[in-house]
Amino acid sequence: MKAEDYTAMKNQQTEHQRILVVFPHPDDEAFAASGTLAKYIDSGAQVTYACLTLGEMGRNMGIPPFASRVTLPAIRKEELAASCLAIGIQDLRMLGFHDKMIEFEDQQRLDNEIMALLQELSPSLVITFYPGYSVHPDHDATGAAVIRTIGRLPAAERPLVHCVAFASNHERAIGKADMIVDVTAFLEEKMASIRAHRTQFQAAELVGNQELTDEEIRTRFGTEPFWTYRFD
Amino acid sequence: MQPITPEDIQIRIDQLAGQNLYVHLELTTGAYASHLDSTRHPASAFISNAAVRYTQGSISGTGPYRVGLKTTQGWVYAEGLTHVDETEKERLILAGHDSQGKLIVALQLSRETF
Ligand SMILES: [Zn+2]
Repeated sequence: MKAEDYTAMKNQQTEHQRILVVFPHPDDEAFAASGTLAKYIDSGAQVTYACLTLGEMGRNMGIPPFASRVTLPAIRKEELAASCLAIGIQDLRMLGFHDKMIEFEDQQRLDNEIMALLQELSPSLVITFYPGYSVHPDHDATGAAVIRTIGRLPAAERPLVHCVAFASNHERAIGKADMIVDVTAFLEEKMASIRAHRTQFQAAELVGNQELTDEEIRTRFGTEPFWTYRFD
Repeated sequence: MQPITPEDIQIRIDQLAGQNLYVHLELTTGAYASHLDSTRHPASAFISNAAVRYTQGSISGTGPYRVGLKTTQGWVYAEGLTHVDETEKERLILAGHDSQGKLIVALQLSRETF
């Protein structure tokens, strides 16, 4: 089989039986990939979500604030579990790294954890952030660790990697997303996942305090773009 | 979290004076500041579980509040504090929230590490 046919085959959404998602913060999955994950799960995929931190340095504490720096990690842990339940994610791993500090973490330790997951699960698809184009330093450092680790595998053993990117300059550098998932049939799961993050979603730049109309929800949340990472 | 009543905070500050404590001090505009508004300069700093001991401390201002603690070798200072975690009896958990409800400053004192 030619390389591009192989990629095309692997790109088929229904092909993925085992998916590994690696993001640093509880709620990254909700905004970036919850509809896509609900869709894959609906067609039979087993999803493992490795969430690197508890988002314990987050600035949103609820409106009005009901969390503090001290209570935030435990609250966000529960929110994350509720979000996974809403999406249908079967396997949640909380890796216990410190929020905001991923770029300063011992790279070997980080890479070893990711490699252990790859070896344990043999996913056909990995979803993470596109290093360099994902705004938050934790996002970029997480994507970089995943790409670095998968890059160490022999080419034939590498899973497909779909990256999330949203930096303001990202399309100029990496082009348009090559994978746009229509998640309109899974908006119920997606909005439930977003709202599970009670300390976060009311922030003005996320969902805000107003009730959104169905139309607004479809326009803002109906598609999820991904970039297939090219290792060569 | 509850809005700060300065008299209550002063009592708590006095209760924690003269002891070996751990401080978490943080100021942050958030990692998304310049992504959302390119004219904003993102800046953050935090120090967690630094050992500290102060001889005197007070809260001042009319809200948002300032807290200054005179330590054996220097000072600890935070401005912009608005809220306190009223459920914490041993530790003093103070935070400042901006007009959007986001945490912008935190000052926390505890006899045990955070
Ligand atoms: Zn994030």
